[in-house]
Amino acid sequence: MADLWMQIHAYFSQNTTEYLAYLWQHVSISLLSLAVSCLIGIPLGYLCTRNRLLNRCITGIFQVLRIIPSLAILILLIPVMGTGVAPSITALVLLSVPPILMNTTVGFAGVPAFMNETACALGMTESQQFWRVQVPLALPKILTGMKIAMVEIIASATLAAKIGAGGLGSLILTGIGLFRTDLLLIGGVSVSLLAILSGLMFQLLSRWLFPYQPAKNK
Amino acid sequence: MAQAAITFEHVSKQFNQCGYAAVDDVSFTVEQGEFVTILGSSGCGKTTLLKMVNRLYQPDAGKILLFGKDVAKTDAVQLRRSIGYVIQQIGLFPHMTIEENIATVPQLLHWEKATISKRVTELLDLVGLPAQEFRNRYPAQLSGGQQQRVGLARALAAQPKIMLMDEPFGAIDAITRMGLQDELLALQKELNKTILFVTHDINEAFRLGNRVMIMNQGRICQFDTQKNILENPADAFTKALIDSAKAQQRFWEDFT
Ligand SMILES: Nc1ncnc2c1ncn2[C@@H]1O[C@H](COP(=O)(O)OP(=O)(O)OP(=O)(O)O)[C@@H](O)[C@H]1O
Ligand SMILES: [Mg+2]
Repeated sequence: MADLWMQIHAYFSQNTTEYLAYLWQHVSISLLSLAVSCLIGIPLGYLCTRNRLLNRCITGIFQVLRIIPSLAILILLIPVMGTGVAPSITALVLLSVPPILMNTTVGFAGVPAFMNETACALGMTESQQFWRVQVPLALPKILTGMKIAMVEIIASATLAAKIGAGGLGSLILTGIGLFRTDLLLIGGVSVSLLAILSGLMFQLLSRWLFPYQPAKNK
Repeated sequence: MAQAAITFEHVSKQFNQCGYAAVDDVSFTVEQGEFVTILGSSGCGKTTLLKMVNRLYQPDAGKILLFGKDVAKTDAVQLRRSIGYVIQQIGLFPHMTIEENIATVPQLLHWEKATISKRVTELLDLVGLPAQEFRNRYPAQLSGGQQQRVGLARALAAQPKIMLMDEPFGAIDAITRMGLQDELLALQKELNKTILFVTHDINEAFRLGNRVMIMNQGRICQFDTQKNILENPADAFTKALIDSAKAQQRFWEDFT
């Protein structure tokens, strides 16, 4: 046990730059994936509330995607996109669009009809109704979707190392390859901490953004 | 004679799913400065009638004129900004403070910030909520009755000539309700507003209105002064309504 501590200590003192590089890769891949997922998931999620057919198609597609394990998606992408960062991000996006999309749909669908009617009755134009009432009322749910997506992305990005995208997963792979418990531990704990931290940050963000929400939703 | 503020000419409205008309061939005229209360049981078409005035609903037949102008030919957005509307469900925006809620229409009309802020203070005073204490709160932090008062303040904000009020005092206790009724009466006299006020409560209807409109199943049973309605109820429904109020009256007298 003391040995393990020594090893971990040694790793951090000798390989600080390597560790930070992995950490940075992991974070940047995750953030990029989240950004792309939002760009796809939020508009699609909104469109789903406007069009029932679209809603059924998209929900169907992503429900199927959800069943396929992320590792399988990653490996299936290799023949199409090769290895590296791009296929990793693609896989992570496929994985994280569903929670964002579904929460966006739930958020917009959850705006009560009388709220829209009130906005209209007070003389808001269509776009004013959208930006001043519908979007703010749907936003808490959208943020919840982003939080779920972020945590999933950070965990799954570990697998991205498998196809050469780097990140903290590389440490774990090396650890497995060389039977180095210390590397396994460092990689695993770092990823967990990162996931917890990101969840916490979203929590704080929503508390700050939505001071009007009753405590139970925070 | 004062100019007619609101005119309905043979207005009907039927919802697709219904086999009957929610509002059925209704015609009436309301003069400027009149306070008209609309009384009727649940589902008789009061809300539907109100919502056709500010074009939330499109009538299937007939014409609605405001100050002589056909509402179907005016710009709906401008029209709605010029009419005060208190919705039955209160409908405060939960993500906006009380101040922002009340300021909604003035902001849409691009009033100056300072003017809006002053107006909010004025209105909160008017509806009996101390501005200092309430302006920065959110609707969830208010009681149902307090929310209704904010709803009233919001409808009054841009000084509309016509007010549409859909059971605005439903969630307010009897004493506060009396106070608010008095306020509203005073306000209406002072500002010469034309008001359509929907209520379930015959006492409220008879207390507030210059004239009372009694509705049943999408039609107007009687639209007259309280005195005339009491003396000559037009039909069985009106008579039943009055009898029920009188029975209630006797109920109280039995105690004394
Ligand atoms: N949006 C709608 N779609 C379909 N039917 C409707 C709609 N709004 C009202 N109705 C129907 O029209 C009739 C009149 O409804 P309205 O809301 O005007 O009644 P009301 O007099 O305001 O009742 P209450 O006192 O309960 O508010 C009812 O039978 C109702 O079911
Ligand atoms: Mg109603």
